[in-house]
Amino acid sequence: MSDQDTGETREVTINYYDGTSRAAEIVDREVPYPDGKLIVSRTDPNGIITHANQAFVDMSGYTREELIGTNHYILRHPDMPAVAFAGLWETIEAGKKWHGYVKNLRKDGAYYWVKATVIPNIRNGKLVGYTSVRRKPSRSKIKESEELYATLM
Amino acid sequence: MAYNLTVSPDFAPDHISGWYFFNTWLQRQLEVGVHLELYDCFEQQRKDIRSDKVDMIYANPYDASMLVRELGFKAVARPKARPDETVIAVHADSPYNTVEELPEGITVATTDDPDVHTMGMIMLEPADLDKSNITTKEVDSYVVVAKNLLNENAQVGFFLKDGFDELSDLIKRQMKVLVSSQISVVHHVLLVGPKMQEFIPTLQERLFSMHQDEKGQGVLSSMDLDQWEPMTEEETEFMIDLIDTLVLE
Ligand SMILES: Cc1cc2nc3c(=O)[nH]c(=O)nc-3n(C[C@H](O)[C@H](O)[C@H](O)COP(=O)(O)O)c2cc1C
Repeated sequence: MSDQDTGETREVTINYYDGTSRAAEIVDREVPYPDGKLIVSRTDPNGIITHANQAFVDMSGYTREELIGTNHYILRHPDMPAVAFAGLWETIEAGKKWHGYVKNLRKDGAYYWVKATVIPNIRNGKLVGYTSVRRKPSRSKIKESEELYATLM
Repeated sequence: MAYNLTVSPDFAPDHISGWYFFNTWLQRQLEVGVHLELYDCFEQQRKDIRSDKVDMIYANPYDASMLVRELGFKAVARPKARPDETVIAVHADSPYNTVEELPEGITVATTDDPDVHTMGMIMLEPADLDKSNITTKEVDSYVVVAKNLLNENAQVGFFLKDGFDELSDLIKRQMKVLVSSQISVVHHVLLVGPKMQEFIPTLQERLFSMHQDEKGQGVLSSMDLDQWEPMTEEETEFMIDLIDTLVLE
């Protein structure tokens, strides 16, 4: 559990880069990353989810049916600065591997931290989508990220 | 002309004869000469792969990237229900009960098995451990990894889960598992090189029905496999993409 957890609930409007937005209920409660697992998802070139493994389904709190076909920003937490994702997209669109620490929003409003790596999927020389694989981050990296992201909001 | 078959050097020593039986079975099915070459270490095997001395390989998932993307190998089959999972264990009397408690400066006993070592290092990250603040001791087998824990020459050991499970109960009772990976989509794969691709249709037909006759079944069980399963090109590419996210920074 993070030092920042209060268990309190707040109503927040999340604005996405594509101009859309949604109202979400945020609960300051961390769900611990499951030991030994990798959380895996894939998207098309536009960031629409095409594949989610069981760990992804379990941690996000959504059903697989709700996830497939949805924009990956469904997991965006309002505590994540936009600049982090701008860096992600700039890196992967340049064909490179990105990694960073991400606070994700669950369907129930709680959150979980991951160490994420995203790579472009190239087939016969063409970009067909992206794969993201997340692993368990250390507490010190989470704390560092919390402090850094707070300054970038 | 004879083709060359090889096996990822991380196979369990008890199953060496199984690979020879498989090689004999293979030659009968394809009606060509196939020579089985086994290696003690990944390094030498990779060198021979690069000098075009391998036509078919039961490959470690970590090597699949080079074989498929650089050298034009194609996946023909994967073993059913044999994912490569990694176990991190310590001495039963160790003061540490979770990965997060492990301190800097510990010694980790490991093997040259690339996928197990990579996953082991990833599972140490929650403790802020990486190659800069631990000592790794590379040994020849999982039995020797276990010995290093029992003799307290290392505080932590990385095991292939199957290798761990095959240790004797006497040894296992003296260790405790801190974490066991549950990835399920990373596994070994049978790959065929450019020179042998004409055989793929026959090979797949025979491999996928191999468990259905007594002889084939016997060969499979001597390799400790249940059955071969199809693996599509996209499944292979996906596994390689996934491994790419785990290696290098
Ligand atoms: C393969 C892939 C995985 C992604 N995973 C996440 C994720 O787990 N959480 C998240 O907030 N954004 C993730 N993103 C980034 C989102 O696409 C999006 O940029 C982000 O949620 C911020 O939303 P915005 O760009 O509309 O501001 C991922 C992108 C890709 C391509």
